[in-house]
Amino acid sequence: MKMLKLANLGGWLSAINETQRVYLPIEAADQVNYGVWTPDSVVRLDALRTVKSAKDAFFPQVENMMNFKTEGKNVSVEMIDPKVENFVVLGVRACDAKSFEILDRVFLSDPYDPFYAARREHSTVVTLACGRPDENCFCVNFGIDPADPKGDATMWIVDDTIYLRASTEKGEALVKDLEDADTAPVEAQQAKTREICEKLPFGKLNLKGFDGDHLMEKFNNPKWAELSRACLGCGTCTFVCPTCQCYDIRDFDTGNGVQRYRCWDSCMYSDFTLMAHGTNRPTQVERFRQRFMHKLVYFPSNNEGMYSCVGCGRCLAKCPQNLNIVKVIKALGGDEA
Amino acid sequence: MQRELIERLNALIGEGVGKRVLGWKRGEFFYDTEPAILAADQLDELVYDSFCGPNLSKYLIQEMPKLGEGEKIIALIKPCDSYSFNQLCTEHRINKDKVYVIGVGCKGKIDVDKIRARGITGITGIDVDGDALTVHTLYGDEQVNRKEVLLNKCLSCKGKEHRVFDEQIGESEETSTGDDRFDMVKKLEAMSAEERFAFWRGELSKCIRCNACRNVCPACSCVKCVFDNPNTGVQNKAAADDFEENLFHIIRAFHVAGRCTDCGECSRVCPQGIPLHLLNRKFISDIDELYGEYQAGEEVGQRHPVINYTQGDCEPSIVHERGSNA
Ligand code: SF4
Ligand code: SF4
Ligand code: SF4
Ligand code: SF4
Repeated sequence: MKMLKLANLGGWLSAINETQRVYLPIEAADQVNYGVWTPDSVVRLDALRTVKSAKDAFFPQVENMMNFKTEGKNVSVEMIDPKVENFVVLGVRACDAKSFEILDRVFLSDPYDPFYAARREHSTVVTLACGRPDENCFCVNFGIDPADPKGDATMWIVDDTIYLRASTEKGEALVKDLEDADTAPVEAQQAKTREICEKLPFGKLNLKGFDGDHLMEKFNNPKWAELSRACLGCGTCTFVCPTCQCYDIRDFDTGNGVQRYRCWDSCMYSDFTLMAHGTNRPTQVERFRQRFMHKLVYFPSNNEGMYSCVGCGRCLAKCPQNLNIVKVIKALGGDEA
Repeated sequence: MQRELIERLNALIGEGVGKRVLGWKRGEFFYDTEPAILAADQLDELVYDSFCGPNLSKYLIQEMPKLGEGEKIIALIKPCDSYSFNQLCTEHRINKDKVYVIGVGCKGKIDVDKIRARGITGITGIDVDGDALTVHTLYGDEQVNRKEVLLNKCLSCKGKEHRVFDEQIGESEETSTGDDRFDMVKKLEAMSAEERFAFWRGELSKCIRCNACRNVCPACSCVKCVFDNPNTGVQNKAAADDFEENLFHIIRAFHVAGRCTDCGECSRVCPQGIPLHLLNRKFISDIDELYGEYQAGEEVGQRHPVINYTQGDCEPSIVHERGSNA
């Protein structure tokens, strides 16, 4: 275990920044989101949840994939080279760290995504343990321990000190010059956090029946209509979610060519997977159902039971009308199975 | 008040006034109420308390076609929501004859994010005793003054009069701070063009194009938004560049000008805390100044100044005169 005074965080970041960019929670215009560190950044490691999740580091909201240019009768195609320099993502909470595993399943399985893969390969993930879970955190249901998140290195902040443990070579490279530390303060914090986890209102959700065997039963449950009634069909829940992974590929007409880009898509939108024949999800009931069926039934049935929700609580905190995945789990899970 | 309300609703349903009620129901916590349409046997789920911030008026649009001849839905409408209700009637998006409006009293609604912003997290319960709130958390109890954590829209409340109702239930209490609601607009107007640009870039660059602001807005009631049309060449969901982040909001503010009642929902729902209402208030203050004071949704059937010609109207050249310092 290594340590660093919180007051010296800037110095450490600045040293890392000499060779690689650091991406971490930064406050701007009153909100905390991941951003690239500069000496002027207002670093907010204390913020439990950033508005957008850490997934942007690997899967940004918008990126160009290729360009087409027309000159006379010739069309040239230029692939965008996903050349990425090494970078560090720092301050990732246990839930977001777990989301990378889920995204890996999607983007790194065949046919793998070169943009995502390049960023994953060049990144070092430094996670941060939670000392103060919120009432709507429910990561513990998905085998996540917020007191001991996985990553290349892990940080614990206790009072005015940051404790660090490296788990990989990449992590070791970042912390090797720091002072050695005693593990007792970290263990004490972990014990407290785990005690709070026992008391979390959503700490023990009943996920029985959310699996491939109950697919049709869940799909046809009449409760979806009521569950989705207040849904505005905005994309807030999907855009703040660390595991939502859908994107759309679009062409932008530049006048003398085409810029092909991709941008996050949302199953809550009316044009999601729109096809020539129209759409198979004509109302918000079907769109809403898709989001939760994907996370709780389709994904686990294709991935050995791994849910594609990490219980970060963002959709609970941000839905304008207070709809969320916990309400769905409670309405359709457990004894309903 | 909640018990009184439920009793009254039961009586109304018993008398055959309507079969279903548009109101709010309890969520997983005490603070996360959800807009709901409840039948007689679900009325015990109804809640009306300090956390019923969401404006319900827009939900009536989708209910209209479901109502048979002579049938009504009973709707709970707060004072601020009553302006949106009237505006939607004016635009023929809802039909007053099909709604039995209960004007519910309002003492201001609490913004749980303002409690969180004070570092009070892990909130599990709250006791309300007048203005004294005791917030229970996983980490112990905290005291908060209710008046300090009201939704921003409540701090510039247009007043506690219901602009439409069939009957009223419950007491109201003034929540407006009395400050001029155009204060911030004036500050922005006084800035140099560069400062103002920097302010809006700072705010709008946070936008994730989730479209919650548009979808919650009672004035945005188009069946299909132009930004949802793939043939426009712009993508409603891409936040690729300044155009998508800035112009969307400016275009939207133009589109709702004269119809925006200043209900404050756009800013309430924005996950990135962008003060969108300031764009609308700029339009409202310009309308007030150029055409005389006007409040959308005050009455049904108003013609708002932007679509109503009078001889006293300003000349189009006003655009150049006022735009010259920008
Ligand atoms: S569930 Fe909530 S956040 Fe998600 S689309 Fe519906 S209203 Fe928006
Ligand atoms: S579904 Fe909600 S709680 Fe689950 S990972 Fe996504 S945002 Fe977090
Ligand atoms: S704006 Fe006024 S009427 Fe509306 S919720 Fe707030 S206090 Fe109540
Ligand atoms: S609600 Fe906020 S983040 Fe979403 S589109 Fe509107 S301004 Fe952007």
